[in-house]
Amino acid sequence: MKVILIGGGKLVYFLVRQFASKGYQLTIINQDAVEAKALARQLKATVILGDGSDPVILNEAGAYQADIVLSLTPHDQDNLVACQIAQKRYGAPRTIALVNDPDYQEVFQQLGVTVAFSATQILASLIEQRAGFEDIETLIPAAEGRVSVTEITLHETSPAIGQTLQALELPTGVLIGCIIRDGNVIVPRGWSRLQTADRLILISQPEYYGQFLSKLTGEAG
Amino acid sequence: MERAQYVVVVGCGRLGSILASRLSGQGHSVVVIDWQESTFNHLATEFSGFQIVGDASELAILRQAKTDKADCLLAVTGEDNLNLMVAQVAQVVFKVKTVLARVLDPEREHIYREFGIATISPTDLSADAFLQAFREALLENLL
Repeated sequence: MKVILIGGGKLVYFLVRQFASKGYQLTIINQDAVEAKALARQLKATVILGDGSDPVILNEAGAYQADIVLSLTPHDQDNLVACQIAQKRYGAPRTIALVNDPDYQEVFQQLGVTVAFSATQILASLIEQRAGFEDIETLIPAAEGRVSVTEITLHETSPAIGQTLQALELPTGVLIGCIIRDGNVIVPRGWSRLQTADRLILISQPEYYGQFLSKLTGEAG
Repeated sequence: MERAQYVVVVGCGRLGSILASRLSGQGHSVVVIDWQESTFNHLATEFSGFQIVGDASELAILRQAKTDKADCLLAVTGEDNLNLMVAQVAQVVFKVKTVLARVLDPEREHIYREFGIATISPTDLSADAFLQAFREALLENLL
């Protein structure tokens, strides 16, 4: 797999180190002469000094053969243009852009970037969804953060104990994927009744998550 | 005069300030955005529009400029990529009818023109002007 990474800093450094251990063919495009030199010395990657949104530099980096192009600079405009040129000019099948302004996450995808991710968004939702709910075991963002998968344990104080799922009137955009009770996995039905110590696997859209949790835990969403 | 238009000018450098001043002088309502407040000093006295201090790479700033209501957006900062992003966002998110981006790098300009973004390349324009003047000079010498 051939991967082109645009940018610098720890993010690019550690990504490249991880990818290198998987045997990927790696090219870094970095604008800063001193950093580019350091990266070339430290990493098993080809390093090109230049502007990753410059078609000439992308061409030099072999964008037409790349399986994936990641643009991870602190400038949204540079990330967008680099991904668009890589994809539309050089036919890169997958492009990933860091969006610094979380408002652009969807917009960038509309503009042709395969995946736009916002560190702000990811951290904010991790903190918001985790804070105050000690019973939450895991939280995995899926579909670029549009869906999250969570595991929670029901305590006896939960207002949902003894209720059927149907009676809970769960909001749309959320789903109880399965109930784990005494080590057995139960596929929930509308008539399934929740019990103390049930572990629930929740699948939800982030915007409904708080509402959903407060129904299950009794705490304010 | 044609109907007054609502125009958002992004970038108040040499080009942006001329465009904003003239359009405002012609009776259009103009909002000009620049992250550096001092650039608004470039605006001529005929400018009677609004000024917004902010980074146009932030969607909230474009919203603050009521870009959704704009008939036209001119992206004329000194940064090609910023102009290209703002122009596409204006087109796709805010559905602005007329959008123009200044792009200095001719190569990038050609690529985006192929994508259907209306771009103006000052580099190409001045090259054309120089070549035209050169041809005229040649002709004059021949005659």
